[in-house]
Amino acid sequence: MILRDIVTQLDLQVLAGEGALDQEVTGGYIADLLSCVMAGAQPGQLWFTLQTHLNIVAVASLVGVAAIVITEAAAVGPETINRAAGEGVVLLRSAEPTFETVMKLARLL
Amino acid sequence: MIPPLIVDEALRKGLHIIAVTDHNAVGNAAAVMEAAVGSGLWVMPGMELQCQEEVDALCLFDTLEQAQAWEAQVRAVALPFRHDAERFGPQYRVDAEGDFIAEDDSFYQGPAQIPLEEAAAAVHALGGLFIPAHIERPMKGLLGVLGLWPAQLRADAAELSPNLRPSAARQRFRLPPELPLITSSDAHWLAVIGSVMTIFVLEGPPSIAELRRALRGEGERRVVVP
Repeated sequence: MILRDIVTQLDLQVLAGEGALDQEVTGGYIADLLSCVMAGAQPGQLWFTLQTHLNIVAVASLVGVAAIVITEAAAVGPETINRAAGEGVVLLRSAEPTFETVMKLARLL
Repeated sequence: MIPPLIVDEALRKGLHIIAVTDHNAVGNAAAVMEAAVGSGLWVMPGMELQCQEEVDALCLFDTLEQAQAWEAQVRAVALPFRHDAERFGPQYRVDAEGDFIAEDDSFYQGPAQIPLEEAAAAVHALGGLFIPAHIERPMKGLLGVLGLWPAQLRADAAELSPNLRPSAARQRFRLPPELPLITSSDAHWLAVIGSVMTIFVLEGPPSIAELRRALRGEGERRVVVP
């Protein structure tokens, strides 16, 4: 499924990476411990997390995930958004908790 | 873990400096400092902060006033719960003899809602040292939670768990070469006090400024993990 369609269907806010939404999403990964994401996430996946520290951009870039999805409308600092924009990392935000967001995605796939 | 026993155990193990670092709390540091007066043991008041990202960091100060000012900032952004003494046991404040002063129902668990880098800046503004704790631990350790050492973080050192040597840590993780590494016992029981330590070679009486200079290797000062 194309990332742009997921953004529309799940009503996700695009915080950064507007120009990189036409990529294929291969699956998903959920974790807030970045060491787990580095070890377990795969390129092309959507990464769902509540962690908003600047390091999420570096980890997303390292793994090559399709996008980071911040859930529960968590506040994201300008440093994180600017770094994501600078590195071409797609940073999305859902107003709903992780479970509801992922359940919606599962119905689409 | 009452103050006179902590002081006795530290002296028995040959320690010269200890820090009292309760989780998001400073309330019992004064009693240990008082218990150590005249003993030759320097007791730093401090805190094991859990910041918003759920990373633990040691915050160490010279004076009780600095530590209490920091605690006030942390309390202002603490999670809005009360301590449940029936489920988790009572939290006591004690005096320098270890006698009961009061029961404390403040909630010290969980993360304070302050970002890691902001916490480091606030501790430095108060004159303290900021040292992410047990950084290799999967939970609450900086590298476990954040995956990588954040280049923009202004930390004075990083603490490793007792079983991890600095040389092994540098092989396992990509850490800034200039980042000093220390170990401490993280003692939650008397017997664990002094089980591991870091030697700070100082050129003057112990103070936060001297420890900072030792971490930076100024003059003949240095830190050694034996």
